[in-house]
Amino acid sequence: MATVDQPKTATPRPEGYEAPPSVLEGDHTYATVTDKISGIVLTRKTPLSWFLIFGVGFSLMMVFFGAVGYLLLKGTGIWGINVPVAWGFAIINFVWWIGIGHAGTLISAILLLMRQEWRTSINRFAEAMTLFAVACAGMFPILHMGRPWLFYWLLPYPNVMSLWPQFRSPLVWDVFAVSTYGTVSLLFWFVGLVPDFGTMRDKAQNGTARVIYGMLSLGWRGSASHWHRYETAYLLLAGLATPLVVSVHTVVSFDFAVSVIPGWHTTVFPPYFVAGAIYSGFAMVLTLVIPIRAIYGLEDMITRRHLNNMAKVMLATGLIVAYGYMIEMFMSWYGANNFEQYMSRNRMAGPYAPIFWSLILCNVLTPQLLWFKRFRNNVVVLFLISIVVNIGMWLERYVIVITSLHRDYLPSSWGMYHGTIWDYATYAGTIGLFLALMFLFIRVLPMISIFEVRSLVKTNRRPSHTE
Amino acid sequence: MERADFKPAIYGLMAEFDTPDTLIQAVRKVRAEGYTRIDAYTPFPVEGLAEEVGFHSNLLPILVLGAGIVGALGGFGLQYWVSKIDYPLNVGGRPLNSWPSFIPVTFELTILFAALTAVLGMIALNGLPMPYHPVFNVPRFAMASQDRFFLCVESTDEKFDREKTLTFLQGLHAKAVTEVDY
Repeated sequence: MATVDQPKTATPRPEGYEAPPSVLEGDHTYATVTDKISGIVLTRKTPLSWFLIFGVGFSLMMVFFGAVGYLLLKGTGIWGINVPVAWGFAIINFVWWIGIGHAGTLISAILLLMRQEWRTSINRFAEAMTLFAVACAGMFPILHMGRPWLFYWLLPYPNVMSLWPQFRSPLVWDVFAVSTYGTVSLLFWFVGLVPDFGTMRDKAQNGTARVIYGMLSLGWRGSASHWHRYETAYLLLAGLATPLVVSVHTVVSFDFAVSVIPGWHTTVFPPYFVAGAIYSGFAMVLTLVIPIRAIYGLEDMITRRHLNNMAKVMLATGLIVAYGYMIEMFMSWYGANNFEQYMSRNRMAGPYAPIFWSLILCNVLTPQLLWFKRFRNNVVVLFLISIVVNIGMWLERYVIVITSLHRDYLPSSWGMYHGTIWDYATYAGTIGLFLALMFLFIRVLPMISIFEVRSLVKTNRRPSHTE
Repeated sequence: MERADFKPAIYGLMAEFDTPDTLIQAVRKVRAEGYTRIDAYTPFPVEGLAEEVGFHSNLLPILVLGAGIVGALGGFGLQYWVSKIDYPLNVGGRPLNSWPSFIPVTFELTILFAALTAVLGMIALNGLPMPYHPVFNVPRFAMASQDRFFLCVESTDEKFDREKTLTFLQGLHAKAVTEVDY
């Protein structure tokens, strides 16, 4: 905290200045923080709404298993994909899920490097979200392959066919990017949990729970030299995860940009995909965190400041995304290429125009409400906006994938695409998988980093903080 | 252990404190007294504490750098070997060593190797997993993962003396001083 030791006379605040709400409200001590967060898992009664939401998630997960089972039986013909639209829901959903994951890494790594202390009480939660979103994302390309049990052919290993993956293809880059991303996210999450596993081990009354948490804690005892190496490792991981998160969605955008399809072959894709990923990720964090903080009474730890800041990040990234749409349109006009111009007109006035305009409504117009403090501070409005943005980002990928593919260079090969019931079932199924995993996580692991919030207690105790 | 008193050997003496500041002051005094084999235990990282207890060398960044370089060379080397040597494939007359398209995979493998090393290296250098450690024999030590701060002077220290060290620690405003059994 750079400002902590400044004398009170340093900078007079302007008239009407309102200090931002604290990142940790109430009279918390080390002990109350520990009790409150560990108590959600260890002592408190599981709220009824947990059972409700987990039940919904679990049921949808069963739908997912059913849809995948039928897919394995019949093949990808049950989906709506065809020629020319060979990339249907599978790729839309893949990009949507992987984008959602990006907020977790952004919160845990980039905001750590920028010393944003408001990340502390939401990072664990967001990292879990990343992990489960990447798990859902990974399902789609694998299922889309048609013979998912041969997915390991994507990896370079010496084989009897004497073949290697085509390293010049962005689809192979994707395999490396997504699997590295999944691995590093898991490491980051686990390392963050180790000291908290120690706390859970020491707090647990139940013998089995103590043994399980004890094993997961690796025998953590909080020694000074251990903390020192721990912080070094955590900082290095954050430094490594920061370029990684940017690279992952860049590589995902290369899947499109390296091709020659009108509407895909543009250099604006990498930055605007990364911004879109963070945009949808923050929307998903808000969608989840707003009900959960109400269910568990966590308003003192996930404060208005957190919601407000996340809303601002959403607004900023939403504007970058809007700029991306604008540049796409501008370039197709300015580039004077018939096919690009037709692609833009087709998006706005072709058969998929309603989807395009809903996307603009969801992603460009609705978030403009976030300019106003009144809406940023209203949890209900914020929750609704976050859901609208989630939908908008899905529509964006729909527009990118479908409208570009269904009419490219040769009118004789034009076609139409519609998802089938199995497409929708698989998509809804992964939402169920995600919800079920998320709520299991909340039930069995501390959803807020206990030791990091303890450090907040320390800074909050100092006098002259947030004058 | 001397045969005269029949007490079994102990791992060390553990003093308990309320706040990180009192712990740091105590560590300074203990160090000034000449003790070297000490360790402090806290529920969250306390800035500067590791240096105070005499921990300086940190191998981890070097290991991570090394692993990153290995990942980069290995990643690029794999693609070069596959594309140029083992299975040269002429695609539209492009060079076999088309290095710009090898960069993404090289980058991802650099990150993967470095990140794995950061985590596994931290765990290994910390000597974890270690399910049993004598400090856990102190019943109050469960608080070290919650809201208390502990300082342990280990019996292997040259200056360690069961009675004298105990009296000395008690004089440091410790909440309690306990013996740590093996």
